[in-house]
Amino acid sequence: MLPLYIIIGILVIIAIVVIGMYNSLVSLRNQVKNAWSQIDVQLKRRHDLIPNLIETAKGYMKHERETLQNVVNARSKAMGAGNIDEQIAAEKQVDNAMSKFMLVVENYPDLKANENFLSLQEELSSTENKIAFARQAYNDQAMFFNNKIQMFPSNIVAGMFNFKTANYYELENETEREAPSVKF
Amino acid sequence: MWELIRANKRKSMMLMAIMAALLIALGYAVGYAYAGSIGGFIGLIIAFGIWVVQSLVAYFAGTKILLATSHARLIEKEAHPQLYNIVEEMKIAANLPHMPKIYIIPEQAPNAFASGTTPKNYAIAVTAGLLGKLNRDELQGVIAHEMSHILNRDVLFMTYAATMLGTIVLISDIYVRTFFYAGASSRRRYSKSSGSNVYSILIPLVLAIISPIIAQILYFAISRKREYLADACAVRLTRYPAGLASALEKISRGARSGADLDNNKIVRPLYISDPKQTGSALSSLGSTHPPIQNRIAILQRLSGSVGFSSYQRAYSKVNSTKCNFIPASALKEKEFKVRQASAESEKPLDSKTQTRQIGDMILAANSFAFIQCQCGMKLKLPPNYNKPQVQCPRCKTVHSVPVAEMSAMLAGLNAAKGKGNPSQTAATQKKYTYKRRSSGSWESFKCKCGNLIQLSPAFKGNHISCNSCGIRIDIKS
Repeated sequence: MLPLYIIIGILVIIAIVVIGMYNSLVSLRNQVKNAWSQIDVQLKRRHDLIPNLIETAKGYMKHERETLQNVVNARSKAMGAGNIDEQIAAEKQVDNAMSKFMLVVENYPDLKANENFLSLQEELSSTENKIAFARQAYNDQAMFFNNKIQMFPSNIVAGMFNFKTANYYELENETEREAPSVKF
Repeated sequence: MWELIRANKRKSMMLMAIMAALLIALGYAVGYAYAGSIGGFIGLIIAFGIWVVQSLVAYFAGTKILLATSHARLIEKEAHPQLYNIVEEMKIAANLPHMPKIYIIPEQAPNAFASGTTPKNYAIAVTAGLLGKLNRDELQGVIAHEMSHILNRDVLFMTYAATMLGTIVLISDIYVRTFFYAGASSRRRYSKSSGSNVYSILIPLVLAIISPIIAQILYFAISRKREYLADACAVRLTRYPAGLASALEKISRGARSGADLDNNKIVRPLYISDPKQTGSALSSLGSTHPPIQNRIAILQRLSGSVGFSSYQRAYSKVNSTKCNFIPASALKEKEFKVRQASAESEKPLDSKTQTRQIGDMILAANSFAFIQCQCGMKLKLPPNYNKPQVQCPRCKTVHSVPVAEMSAMLAGLNAAKGKGNPSQTAATQKKYTYKRRSSGSWESFKCKCGNLIQLSPAFKGNHISCNSCGIRIDIKS
């Protein structure tokens, strides 16, 4: 009888350990997902801010129709993007259009002194920062999750339940996604 | 990050255990001095009981008490959008589930602290002086430092350590006082009951005098390690060590010239830099924070890349001792590139404008309303100002007061109900549009959700979203 009890005891302990690992993997995977959605939230926030900014600038920048139109077009393209690759490409265009717009703003001191424009300016640059920080947090979480999946002993549980490693959100060219760095 | 927290916990637990042993020994010895060995156990239980009660109070009400004693005021995003944005940026970088509450302390001396024991009541408080003196990158560094305290569970741990120190100080204080004031007659009585042993008087007395000192040294030692670790985590979050370095420099300069924050030994470690730092080398054991020059020097060495291992290298170079508070698992992590400075330019303000800005911030925190007159005068109205109009004292222009005007309009609205007066109900009854009466002056109206929206004369947009319910409201002029 005794060996049977020992075997049952060992099995129970193994089951508890496996359940614990499985649960921690699931919660980590959810954290990765949550970190990814944070990036999305901030990108949407930027889309919401752009019309306000353009609306404020319109009154001052009568001769810059083209620049403003570029920003609006890039934004609507980014909003309509289907998959992630398309979206990343479209967001790049938004960045480019925005940095051109910010360069032009330099020529309009009245606009730069506008209180409403200044507060939108702060919102926009903060949103750019938030996108960068959300990406940073996502990569942190993804690395932690991937480590768990690849390292012993949790890799056994991960293999059993088919956990897949998360992709990192790396930028092909770091400078391209840099926030428009213009002195105000 | 979690590895770091766990390793942190283990080390802190050891120091806590030493402090607990000290507390138990003190409780036993003091009890023994009063009533023999039974008294020893009673003393032990009482000492532990005091600590438990204090910890519970600190856990459930500590944040409130701390914020109340520093006169901190809770602010919303509108009061200081930049501060709010920076806190949110750091919240995202740290991947915290909840947004911490933000408080402004009406003080000129630049400083900041983090507080809160559970994720729901995390709070970050900054002084008005800090907001006035730092630029965006520097402020971000400071907020990242405070966020790291929250992330590393420093606040929770320091609360427990602080209450333990408090209990030890309290017990020894009571004992030493009664010992010297009770006089010779009562001392004779104690010694009779405890077997007339000279040690039964001497040991408790020595313990009572020494243990608060040891406990304080331990407490401060824990605090100092955590400051370095919070710095290391902060630059890992911001990827911009220069910001925190120059912020610390400004804080240390401001602390020397500015007024001291009113606080005691126990809350000092909670601030980003010690409010009562004297700067002498002798005080290093009794200081809650590492020397600020060393912290700055370490940060300045991190120029190429940031990460825990480069911070450790810089630490050993500056302090010429081995750095032992970063766990091995965190050191394996790869290094990150330092980012560029943010686009905001440095605006060198003269001290007069700075002082005025800080004063305005304090008033705004006290929910004063501001009206900018066209003559350049800024009218500052107290929250209990309830007349619909105000006259500029310089140019005699009459301004309408947005908030008071609103309440007057609401009163009119209530009176008009039933009569169906369309002109008065237009602002609130029409669902998503608001018609401007005139552009070029302040206007205010209430959203459906009851949130008051103010339009500045400079507002040129065609829609606005409510800060409280997020609904989109079209603005027509």
